[in-house]
Amino acid sequence: MQLLLEKRSQASSLMNLFSPLLAILLTVVMGGFMFAIMGKPPLSALYIYFIDPLTSWWSIEEVLVKAGPLILIGTGLAVCFKANVWNIGAEGQLTAGALMGAIIPVLWGEWQSPLGLVVMLVLGAFGGALFGLIPAWLKTRFGVNEILTSLMLVYIAQLLLDWVVRGPWKDPDGYNFPKSVSFEGWHLLPTWGDGRMHFGLVVALAAALILFWVMRRTLKGFEINVVGSAPRAGAFAGFSQTKMVWFCFAVSGGLAGLAGLIEVAGPIGQLQPHISPNYGFTAIIVAFLGRLNPLGVIVAGLLLAVSYIGGEGVQIELGISDKTTQVFQGMLLFFILMCDTLILYRLKWISGNPIQHGKRSAS
Amino acid sequence: MLDKNNKKEQPALLQVKNISKKFGDFYANDSLNLSIEMGKVHALLGENGAGKSTLVKMMYGALQPTSGSIFWQGKEVSIASPAHARELGIGMVFQHFSLFEALSVSENISLALPPVLRKGDLSQRIADLSHDYGLPLNPAALVADLSVGERQRIEIVRCLLQEPKLLIMDEPTAVLTPQEAQALFATLRRLVKEGCAVLYISHRLEEVKCICQDATILRHGKLIAEVDPQIETAATLAKLMVGSSVHEVSRMASSGTGDVLLSITKMHQASSLPFGIDLLDINLQVKSGEILAIAGVAGNGQGELFSVISGEQSNADRGSITLVGQTCDGLGINQRRCLGAAFVPEERIGHGAVEHLNLTDNILLSRHACNDTPSSLNRGWLGIDREQLSQLNKVIGIDYDVRKSQEDVTAASLSGGNLQKFVVGREMNRKPKILVINQPTWGVDAGAAALIRQAVIDLSRQGSAILIISQDLDEIFELADNIAVMSRGQLSTTYSAGDLSREEIGLMMAGSHEQATQETGA
Repeated sequence: MQLLLEKRSQASSLMNLFSPLLAILLTVVMGGFMFAIMGKPPLSALYIYFIDPLTSWWSIEEVLVKAGPLILIGTGLAVCFKANVWNIGAEGQLTAGALMGAIIPVLWGEWQSPLGLVVMLVLGAFGGALFGLIPAWLKTRFGVNEILTSLMLVYIAQLLLDWVVRGPWKDPDGYNFPKSVSFEGWHLLPTWGDGRMHFGLVVALAAALILFWVMRRTLKGFEINVVGSAPRAGAFAGFSQTKMVWFCFAVSGGLAGLAGLIEVAGPIGQLQPHISPNYGFTAIIVAFLGRLNPLGVIVAGLLLAVSYIGGEGVQIELGISDKTTQVFQGMLLFFILMCDTLILYRLKWISGNPIQHGKRSAS
Repeated sequence: MLDKNNKKEQPALLQVKNISKKFGDFYANDSLNLSIEMGKVHALLGENGAGKSTLVKMMYGALQPTSGSIFWQGKEVSIASPAHARELGIGMVFQHFSLFEALSVSENISLALPPVLRKGDLSQRIADLSHDYGLPLNPAALVADLSVGERQRIEIVRCLLQEPKLLIMDEPTAVLTPQEAQALFATLRRLVKEGCAVLYISHRLEEVKCICQDATILRHGKLIAEVDPQIETAATLAKLMVGSSVHEVSRMASSGTGDVLLSITKMHQASSLPFGIDLLDINLQVKSGEILAIAGVAGNGQGELFSVISGEQSNADRGSITLVGQTCDGLGINQRRCLGAAFVPEERIGHGAVEHLNLTDNILLSRHACNDTPSSLNRGWLGIDREQLSQLNKVIGIDYDVRKSQEDVTAASLSGGNLQKFVVGREMNRKPKILVINQPTWGVDAGAAALIRQAVIDLSRQGSAILIISQDLDEIFELADNIAVMSRGQLSTTYSAGDLSREEIGLMMAGSHEQATQETGA
């Protein structure tokens, strides 16, 4: 008996849709095993993890709040990955955007006007894009692998943020806590409901819809697709690989920076050493789970947001470490990449050696 | 090797019975039978995609048959791997060589030999054997410095060192000059005399008639005929291969040529690839109504020349290119298209077209910037003009006989010939003033080749300037008004097609026109 991977004559569009569903199923099953090994009842643990967050308005709201940055960053990364540009450093660009946008509330705290908020949003996107352009420049100028540089820049950005909130931007009236002044008035995003739901989700959905249109209908989307999948044909079409790297990092970095600013001007309301539960890394999973399609990213972003709230849920109710979230997210990415093999290949059981098999069918 | 006196009593050296190979639902080989005898050159004939390579890969153990059996010297065997095949005494020279350019000849050979044969003075044995068989090789030379013909010799010597009883050669002359091919034939005749068998894969009928004693003809994976090539004519063989008689290209006399539309003067270009070819002092002119063909063995700088003319490669280091009277230095491929130029690259898949994209998207690929129709295909934020694209796709499909299952299918689902007709048609549909085509009918069936060649001639007779880069001399003589020859990055002066013989072109392909600069450069 032998298990063979056989190449399909063409990519299966059915598996392209089913691969993420299969991956989710495998993640749930393996998650159940994990709970069982930890001595928790698997079914009720899974219920607490995946279903419970959707049973109360409070937690649904919390899921939406978490989905916002995931969708915003995920759409940018989807464009990037589609073009075969590997920005792994969205977390760093998120941090850079938050830092840049916070210039207004921290240094010009007295400037209270709607325009101030707009400037903050613009600065956030600008900061993320600028930080994203560092790996773009290193790649196009020196041929340095962008996976390494973008990832390493994450730690630089996080340490910069850490230094800033403990040093120059520390709130003088903050009892020496490492945090900036609290943002106030027009330095905070409009909210509704009980004040957790904010304008960020609207920005995220708008970004996803715009990028969906760009990818689906416009020449730019065509360019991204061609340069990513057939670079030589891209050159033949007159599309520049170099410009594409800049474009991708500018867009994905900009959206990540915007997400960072929205976090500090939304749910957090100030700068502090930790402003993101790894949204920038989780968004990589979101992009792949969403099939690198901005509409898919919206769905995937909601699902991954559930995994955060579910992680908090099992921590509270079953006393399991909140690292569970990361385990689930890791398993999900692992299974997606694994199941994606089935888009180009099919599994085949073969009894014995293929040659003998051939002889038997010939006789 | 083998004792040739008792070969009559022995069974066939290699026999294949009812062998089939299925890829998905597609039969690449459908119950084929073949028997190869010692002391003969056996031809395996067929068009691209007929299943020749699949069949020999199974004989060489690189693929496993779906069903059927292989007999080696009368005994049934299952050839599990190429190493197993070599152990049995089957050697194969592939069409695409697998050599390390940065290593020497003897290092390359040593890498591929089993440890037993690596012992002793390998370099000396290589030198002796290659000399003995008329395949002169310097064991210490770096592969990067060798011509394609010499590289092929390495592969042959590598096989011969293992003293094969059967040598399989996959289109060996596709990359050789006529003179190099003659030398190869002499070697093959000598091998056969010693009792070795050769399975010779080709679609060049003249050379099959010249050296083969048996011929098996495949079409669409099926065995069509077993014939004696000495009795058949090239025309009857072609008919068996293609399945119908081949359409002749009709060629009106040129109505005279006009202005110079494409000119290159004193152009130099260092290759951007580690082992690419540097272009040296290229000069050429193509006039309106003229077809200029550049002959030459593949890999002598043709690809580099194409990308400099098209603008895919950034600007030439020195010298300049003029299209329709305008100097093009620094212009990208789309700006050159807008001047009225059109380009067809050598590789259909991955360069001229993207396989997973639909035909309409593939039209967009080369026409999004300069469409030469009243409204642009690119409407910015409003998106791409899909309606116009599908209209264009329809017209190109009809005008260039692109056969497809639906109007708008993926490029991958077209056969090689149909895709080439589409790619050529996409450019010709613009009625370009200048058309540059690299290998216009490479790997294309005869019917499609005839259509493409006819379209090229018709376009030139309407006043376009056409530059063809080809390694197929038949094609060149069929199409060209004028011919220049490229070797090692240098281009000969232009000759009128009527003034050149094949032998003269062959000598130039081997480098007789090259200037001293090359010697000092190398």
